[in-house]
Amino acid sequence: MSSILMVQGLGKSFRSYHSEWQRILSWFGVAVSPAAQHWVLRDVSFSVSPGEAIGIVGQNGAGKSTLLKLIAGTSRPTEGGIQTKGRVAAILELGMGFNPELTGRQNALHAGGLMGFDRSTLQSVMPEIEGFADIGEYFDQPLRTHSSGMQVRVAFAVATAFRPEILIIDEALAVGDAAFQRKCFQRIEAFRAKGTSLLFVSHDVETVKKICSRAMFIKNGRLELLGAAKVVCDRYEQHMFGAQTNSGRLESEGSPLTRFDPTLVSSDCELVYGNGVADIESCHIEDLQGRRINTAEAGQPFVWRYKVRFREQVDDPAFAMMIKTREGIALYGVDSIRLNLDSRSYAPGELVDVRFELLNPLAPGVYYLNCGVRVKYVDRVEFLSRRIDTALIKIAEGSSSTAEAGLLDMEARMSVSTVMAHLE
Amino acid sequence: MRPPNLVSAWRYRHFILSSIQTEFRSRFARSKLGGLWMVIHPLAQAAIFAVVLAEVMAVKLPGMGNDKLAYAIYLLSGMLAWSLFSEIVSRCLTVFIDNGNLLKKILFPRINLPLVIAGSALVNNLLLLLAILAVFALLGHLPSATFAWVPFLILLTTALGLGVGLLLGVFNVFVRDVGQIVPIVLQLSFWFTPIVYTPNVVPQHLRVLLQLNPMTTIVESYQNVMLYGTAPDLVALAWIAAITLLLLAAALASFRKASGEMVDVL
Repeated sequence: MSSILMVQGLGKSFRSYHSEWQRILSWFGVAVSPAAQHWVLRDVSFSVSPGEAIGIVGQNGAGKSTLLKLIAGTSRPTEGGIQTKGRVAAILELGMGFNPELTGRQNALHAGGLMGFDRSTLQSVMPEIEGFADIGEYFDQPLRTHSSGMQVRVAFAVATAFRPEILIIDEALAVGDAAFQRKCFQRIEAFRAKGTSLLFVSHDVETVKKICSRAMFIKNGRLELLGAAKVVCDRYEQHMFGAQTNSGRLESEGSPLTRFDPTLVSSDCELVYGNGVADIESCHIEDLQGRRINTAEAGQPFVWRYKVRFREQVDDPAFAMMIKTREGIALYGVDSIRLNLDSRSYAPGELVDVRFELLNPLAPGVYYLNCGVRVKYVDRVEFLSRRIDTALIKIAEGSSSTAEAGLLDMEARMSVSTVMAHLE
Repeated sequence: MRPPNLVSAWRYRHFILSSIQTEFRSRFARSKLGGLWMVIHPLAQAAIFAVVLAEVMAVKLPGMGNDKLAYAIYLLSGMLAWSLFSEIVSRCLTVFIDNGNLLKKILFPRINLPLVIAGSALVNNLLLLLAILAVFALLGHLPSATFAWVPFLILLTTALGLGVGLLLGVFNVFVRDVGQIVPIVLQLSFWFTPIVYTPNVVPQHLRVLLQLNPMTTIVESYQNVMLYGTAPDLVALAWIAAITLLLLAAALASFRKASGEMVDVL
């Protein structure tokens, strides 16, 4: 099938000059060579067939947005070319050109005008826009009275009022409620069925895998990999968790590593604090056999272990841990008092090994671990030492995982049986 | 490859009109008097100048006898020209910077932005003109036939403002100091234009500065047709028109050249 979008050797560089006036002179034919040329995207070639959906993944700053801007036409390529057939609609940000004082309807007209449609054309699709936004009488109220969810609804309804040949979406669907997101994807699917091609940027690889057949991984301004969505997303995830290991911060010890993904980064957002009375000197995750791991199969229990050195005498401290999602939602937290461990006094210089053996009902994903030593007073809790988001554990898809969605594997046992047969 | 600026602007005429409308709508939204403010503002501005400078300071216009009202008319004629010019220049100066995000995220003819500014400045100026006519009527000054020149003068002022403003607006994207200097220069040029004084009070050696200022000719033309009832100096105006065309051409040329790199530095 002939391609609807052809990108050939595309590159974008930013030029800097010794003086900006030199840049201005260069427009008028004065030969000035730029002081520096910084490439943000280079050697990108691909083509898209009608109706095809391509996901674009990559870290922040990798050049994804630059690529989209080049295809959308707001930014001009430094080298290479882009050939498109038909109208390109880019939703790089929802609600561009919206004015808070205008009503939903007036904004639809105004923003539609910004997209290049004339008033009568817009009026003719206004019922559709209103219907899709589905915000009732708010459609005729000023935008500033809308909730952010409503604004997203109007914005998406306007942005997709007309079917483009190429639709570019940059993270725009990350906002809005789940029901509306489904509605948006339905509309995108309907467009694709009629031949619209989709370029979709998202950090959410699950969504990319779900809606895109192919994907590209952009890394440091280069097209690192282009291929089946699943393969590309896996490579991207591997890269994401494999940036670099922040070794040296915590001493590594214990027996040789077995189930250990060397590319899984240490936490990059660790927060350490305390009052100096005790230090958490090391911490790690291990399996029940005592082998250090940072990856566990779903359902496989693991051990969260850390060592505390007391600097002064401390009476009845509590040793605590917590596990959280990437978004910071606490999944489980516990301490030695809750578990009715005998508490006692610790002498200066004493080194203690704290070990939490944990069941693993977690769904596949990456989770963050905390540890801490604290003293509970009547009116307050004082942390002697605390490490927040200090370690990551990756729960890998196990052979028996049942979680289709969510954070937990609740191991459903399911049955479906006929209660009454269909009667003719 | 790309359609010429003005052709694409015509395709976007609905957007330009709705932008102008939006601007006024949002400016007066939620105020009780609403659109009435559009008339009250210029009227108050005109009245303040007329009262303060003419009545309180009792400035008299040489050659107009004891008619202190003549000064008010003189002043308002000059203000009409200057406010249009300075509004367009000062808003064009920051138009691309203010709309940086829009330019990065949506593809549309960028020439629309200064055109929207020109349009809304024209609406403002027309209202000021109406307010001034009301003040004239109150002062008992009826416009003469030469008043027919006013639309042409407004057009010329708008074009000059666009030429200067667009050129500076483009430079300002790359050299932000431009945006800091221009308001000062604009202030200074106000006083190097015979708006609140007549050219003959200026010492001889400074008068050449006045003559170098294209706004001098325009303001004097306004005063001629609105106050003195005489035709403007056509030769001088022709020169200004030529300069304006030159500036517009230079502005459009830099704008087209800059377009590609503009988004990169915003």
